[in-house]
Amino acid sequence: MMELLINLLKGVPYTLGVTIGAFVIGMIGGVPLVLMRRSNSRLLRWPARIYIDVIRGIPPVVWLFIIFFGLGNALIKLNSFQAATLGLGLVSAAYLSEIYRGGFLALPKAQGEAASALGMTHTDILRYVMAPQVLQVSIAPMATFFVSLLKDSTVASTIGVRDIMMFGSQAAQASGGGYAPFVLAAALYIILSIPVALFSRLMDDRLRRSIGR
Amino acid sequence: MTELFSNWIDWIPQLYKGLKVSLQLVGLAMLFGLPLGLALALLSSVRSRVPRYAAVAAVEIGRGAPALVVLQMVYYGLPSAGLNVGAFAAGATALALTTGAYTSEILRAGLNAVPRREVEAGMALGMTQADIMRFVVIPQGVLFAVPALMGFAILIFQATALAFTIAVPELLARAYRVGAATYLYLDVLILAGLFYLAITIPFGWLVSWTERRLGSHLG
Repeated sequence: MMELLINLLKGVPYTLGVTIGAFVIGMIGGVPLVLMRRSNSRLLRWPARIYIDVIRGIPPVVWLFIIFFGLGNALIKLNSFQAATLGLGLVSAAYLSEIYRGGFLALPKAQGEAASALGMTHTDILRYVMAPQVLQVSIAPMATFFVSLLKDSTVASTIGVRDIMMFGSQAAQASGGGYAPFVLAAALYIILSIPVALFSRLMDDRLRRSIGR
Repeated sequence: MTELFSNWIDWIPQLYKGLKVSLQLVGLAMLFGLPLGLALALLSSVRSRVPRYAAVAAVEIGRGAPALVVLQMVYYGLPSAGLNVGAFAAGATALALTTGAYTSEILRAGLNAVPRREVEAGMALGMTQADIMRFVVIPQGVLFAVPALMGFAILIFQATALAFTIAVPELLARAYRVGAATYLYLDVLILAGLFYLAITIPFGWLVSWTERRLGSHLG
């Protein structure tokens, strides 16, 4: 049992690496996406919409396969860790841009109008009035998304990333079956997600209080 | 380009067979998962503590464990428990368990949305607790939950791709097999992606349509 646990722990850096890497890519990539999605120009709005719908309409594991087996065969050579991080990052960008969009929708319309009445430029309104508030509203759902991304990162094992999941299935195959490796793996994933879940709840409570004031 | 399309036409029948397997998995997951979800939702709101805590713990663990871990746990675990079921049955079982955990939360929110005064009205009419649940709370609560349940069905459809890892011949597995045989991974995987989109995008529209319909119906 102890040996098994130590084995699974070897996967933790890869699990966290893929998850955090993908989350950062998504956090950054989600910004231009949401700005395009909210733009007045159809030429910007539609590509963003199509990207978001297509990305979210296909299972993450299929994206990893497309990047790793599909593109890896033809265009760019990525190792499995890079492919998994990039693939889940592209998926995250779509989901996070929708979270940001929810944040924009939560803003009272009058604020933007007031700011432009004060003579602020469009960029300044976005940067000093909207962005800080959008971020504040988005933090709790972003943390929730992080937890689901942590669980989705298990698909990285299907293209050969040596994450917790991978060590779990290898242990099961080596011992000719059994559920113990997976019980332990599940426990590890839950334990890893607890701090983030608590953070999300804390942020949510804080936000509720600040709105209630 | 013409080569791409002629290949696609050759592959469509195989991927279609895979899509049918994926959809069967969704059907079974919902068929067994929804009653499980409803049972868990009802148990997690009963007064007595033991069943309530047990249900809440089951839901938290079911939602906290990654779907892929649950899938492989069932696949590798059932034989060691003396149950030798095939990959398809293991996949359906695992997805049904995941469905149960997730839908219980959705159903619980639906049940909680039923106005308290309706329960009081039922009591005033002399209905028993069980009858109030059965005729007043559950039918309306489930109705409130329909759009979210449909949205979840899209997620579980996407999760069927995970069954590839336990060799269920679903859509992704068939696409991968074609890719391995022809080395045209990109071409066939894009076709597989289009198959997924052909289900998820129209069904997504159906979800928002239902949401609007129910919204205006429920006022």
